[in-house]
Amino acid sequence: MNIFSLNRKQIKAKPLSSLLNIFLFATGVAIISFLFLTTEKIESQLSSNVAGIDLVVGAKGSPLQLILAGIYHIDHPTGNIQYKEALELTKNPLIKQAVPLALGDSYRGFRIIGTDQTYPDLYHGQLKEGMLWKTDFETNIGFKVAEKTGLKISDSFTGVHGFIEDAGHAHDEHEYIVTGIFEETGTVLDQLILTNIASVWKIHEHHHEHHDEKHMESEGAHVTEAEETHDHEHEHTDKSGHVHTDGHEHEHGYDHGHNAGEEHGHTQENDEEITMLLVKYTNPMGAITLPRLVNSSTNMQAASPALEINRLYSLMGVGIRTIRLIAGFIMAISAFSIFISLLNSLKERKYELALIRSMGGSRSKVFSLVILEGISIAFIGYLVGLALSRLGMLLVSYYTENNYHYNLQQWFNINDGYFLFVSLVIGLLSALIPAIKAMHTDISKTLSE
Amino acid sequence: MRTILIPVSEILCIKMNNKALITRNLIFSYTRSVTFGFPDIDCEPGNHCIITGPSGCGKTTFLHLIAGLLKPDSGEVIVQGTDTVRLYSSEADRFRGKNIGIIYQKPHFIQWLTAFENLQIARYLNNLATENEDINHLLRSLNLQGKAKSKPSQMSQGELQRLSIARAVINKPALILADEPTSSLDDKNCEEALNLLKRQAEELQASLVIATHDKRLLDHFSNRIFL
Repeated sequence: MNIFSLNRKQIKAKPLSSLLNIFLFATGVAIISFLFLTTEKIESQLSSNVAGIDLVVGAKGSPLQLILAGIYHIDHPTGNIQYKEALELTKNPLIKQAVPLALGDSYRGFRIIGTDQTYPDLYHGQLKEGMLWKTDFETNIGFKVAEKTGLKISDSFTGVHGFIEDAGHAHDEHEYIVTGIFEETGTVLDQLILTNIASVWKIHEHHHEHHDEKHMESEGAHVTEAEETHDHEHEHTDKSGHVHTDGHEHEHGYDHGHNAGEEHGHTQENDEEITMLLVKYTNPMGAITLPRLVNSSTNMQAASPALEINRLYSLMGVGIRTIRLIAGFIMAISAFSIFISLLNSLKERKYELALIRSMGGSRSKVFSLVILEGISIAFIGYLVGLALSRLGMLLVSYYTENNYHYNLQQWFNINDGYFLFVSLVIGLLSALIPAIKAMHTDISKTLSE
Repeated sequence: MRTILIPVSEILCIKMNNKALITRNLIFSYTRSVTFGFPDIDCEPGNHCIITGPSGCGKTTFLHLIAGLLKPDSGEVIVQGTDTVRLYSSEADRFRGKNIGIIYQKPHFIQWLTAFENLQIARYLNNLATENEDINHLLRSLNLQGKAKSKPSQMSQGELQRLSIARAVINKPALILADEPTSSLDDKNCEEALNLLKRQAEELQASLVIATHDKRLLDHFSNRIFL
């Protein structure tokens, strides 16, 4: 028998009241802990993915949407920009580096990005196996993509148009092939499929050829019957029923677009579009002049990731502050509840306490018993609250993982220790006054009643 | 044979140390207007005494003063040579736990502990071994072994009374104080309870001090103190 076993029996003797107090306390701890976990994780994800990008140039529209699509690969891009115009912009001496992005397709929910080989460097991407993509339709995939899809080097796959799994129509004509897999970076790179821009052009150009004739350009409603009524100079055949009758042999897909382009009189550069440009400044002057330059004198829009993210924080911030207030309020109520229930129980327990004193228990022993009760309720509440917050995180993370491929799961946090300390202090404070009262029980009077 | 000379003061000291209980000039006031003065007690070890008088005359108060649960305005309470009045609060608590066993008018127990655990806690609070055959032995001798794992709410009045006696003697005290131990009992049970008390006291060679207005007990005790 020791003070802890006594304490345990004491708490079990009042199951309902103890449970209520524990649960109340746990709720407060759970909410605050959950908030801390999510905001911390979100903030770290947001900042690590900015990767030193100073500016994002894309089609006019919502700047936040541009940032979300171009850096975080959430949400749809605002549209496309002319490749030629973008190229002109990069000649500006204030631009140190400009990485082009061509978006539009995905594979099993993972986005396919047409870009150049400097993109992986932004996120310190290291190849685990394979090589960087070189020719058209070669791809490098991120860690998470490999994990979820099971793709390996030399596997091939076809993309679908749009970003929703299985919803867009498949670009069956062109298959991608995996030539490299990246190490895990903890950034957005893990969930991307990279290829060169030309591949993306070729896929969509092929489609645009087919659709010039029929002009049926609605998302996901591409009409494949149109292929029958083409008056191409050459007929094409591939796996989906086209007949290739070019004058030259060519491997499926690779030369096709190029030759078709020439023969159809397309010039690659004039009409080609990309989705956006990721820009790094040569010096801070860029922040002052470039955005204004782009926004007012071109058809494009420039958005600063830092600015937009701060705006997002301030929008989020109001909500978070409110929730924090509510959680703090709940914790205050639970501390008060522990206090009141301890105080009330004193009335019932005064015989016990007087008895303990009369049996030889000192005042400090009685004091410790009451204090320990308060602390243990707070401690148990803390543990339960922590478990609840992890559960909450699991659910949220499952959702974000499935929809946005962002993993918010976090099991441990430095703040946990801080919460423990605060919980124990609250337990102690709630029990303090009842404990002092218990110390001053009038033994004689109580035991003569 | 040599004669050893001992100073008178030392003789007195030795004599006092040998006594189970001595009280001298005890005065206690509940409020400024209500004051009690109590007669002196002189009780040899192994001897018993009875404090008697009508209700409201201060028997319980007297007992609580002897137990150290109340501090007198003036006077001495010397148990086995120690003046308990002079002890600090925690020392007094400890002393009481080890040397004085108390049986209350109403059986008070910790409701969320079993009979066994209620005895255990009496030992725990005095830093005595709690895993001990003594507890079981005591329960057996008071015919309570069947109720060892029961909570007080599951025990009868008679059982609770016997448990009170058990708790009073578990730490082998020199002094056993009992407040109206037989008042609510019929003659037969009164006789039994008294014999139980006496037997336990004898086993420990402890002194019994009973505060009661029950006339049936008067005949059993020679050392009578009237309030």
